Amino acid sequence: MQNTGINLIFEGQNLARILQGLLITARVAFISIFISLILGFIFGLIYSSKNKIIRFFCRLYLELFRIIPILVWLFIFYFGFPELLDINIDGEVVALIVFIMWGIAETGDIARGALESLPKHQRESGMAIGLNKIQLYRYILLPQAFRRILPGTINLATRMIKTTSLIVMVGVMDVVKIGQQIIESNVLKVPDASFWIYGLIFFLYFIICYPLSKYAKTLENKWNK
Amino acid sequence: MSKKSENKIIEIKNLHKIFGEKTVLKGIDLSISEGEVVVLLGPSGCGKSTLLRTLNGLEKIQEGEILLDGVNISDSSSDWTKIRQKIGMVFQNYELFPHLNVIDNILLGPTKIQNRDKNEVLVQAEELLQKVGLADRKNAYPRELSGGQKQRIAIVRALCMNPEIMLFDEVTASLDPEMVREVLEVILNLAKSGMTMFIVTTKWDLQRQ
Repeated sequence: MQNTGINLIFEGQNLARILQGLLITARVAFISIFISLILGFIFGLIYSSKNKIIRFFCRLYLELFRIIPILVWLFIFYFGFPELLDINIDGEVVALIVFIMWGIAETGDIARGALESLPKHQRESGMAIGLNKIQLYRYILLPQAFRRILPGTINLATRMIKTTSLIVMVGVMDVVKIGQQIIESNVLKVPDASFWIYGLIFFLYFIICYPLSKYAKTLENKWNK
Repeated sequence: MSKKSENKIIEIKNLHKIFGEKTVLKGIDLSISEGEVVVLLGPSGCGKSTLLRTLNGLEKIQEGEILLDGVNISDSSSDWTKIRQKIGMVFQNYELFPHLNVIDNILLGPTKIQNRDKNEVLVQAEELLQKVGLADRKNAYPRELSGGQKQRIAIVRALCMNPEIMLFDEVTASLDPEMVREVLEVILNLAKSGMTMFIVTTKWDLQRQ
């Protein structure tokens, strides 16, 4: 058992390359999660409007990301628009655009739900002490809504991290693609390469996502009291 | 209804409130003078709460006028955020802000809206908390308080804005009978201290006292 797969991980540049791929995965995921959270909260505020037309367009935007697979969105931005507009967009930029747009839609829906779930009396009690609309949101509604959206957005964040495995389709060398390359170039001399390399990748995703979902649970328990 | 002064705080003239096709309030006339305590008693659903809510702009009225200190506040140009600072209101469902502790609940209005000095308000808040017997709970969160305690805090929160009149909307209706008394006591003491009040209730207890 000279050439077992576990040695392959530590052979040459392999581990460094995998970690580099992980860095790209994490970069795309965390930048888009961060921006999605901020803009998504604003989208949620707009979405919670009582105006039917505004609601319709917000709903339409959200549903577009629920109905059309993320992969198709990636293709539209990577192959569709550049062709149409005669420009060149880098794969990672495409990934960021699509993930941010998706994240805004989903965060917005969570924020809308949270805002609408606040009891009507909270609004009235705030108004009764003389808060204007902006103060009402700033001191009463947003702080409460924020607590309610946090667990949901953390679940969304883990989903986004996992979905980054699709960005290889637009030419971004993420951790999965690099793993695949290592396996392909070694599979003849190391037959069980895929087990060990994918095993490692499984483990890497796990150590990123697990603490997040654990944290979401903790917050949920803490704030649901 | 005993008149202690002729200085009218609130005057309602020919007030009409219509929900859709249903006229809930039809030509109400009422005036409340300084230091006066008006108790409005009646079965639920007869429009008492609605009347109270029109007084601080939570419900719009269709006809008639409401005067606060002789100034018409019922036209569309009224600045309700200013008016509401003069009218303290306590609701049935003791709505404290759950993300703030007791003292922050009380300080929010005076410091953020009235821009008063925090230390000065703090002294007043502690004094009021003392009066309602809750001085030791000032750092507690609403979830740690009983219904009666929350309602007493809600009264303090409204009082700390130094309102000219206090509105009570069925403040004891969702309380355990055991706790009704502690809240009533606070309201009675307020009456003795000369606070102008308008109280809406379905129960006799308040009326009796």
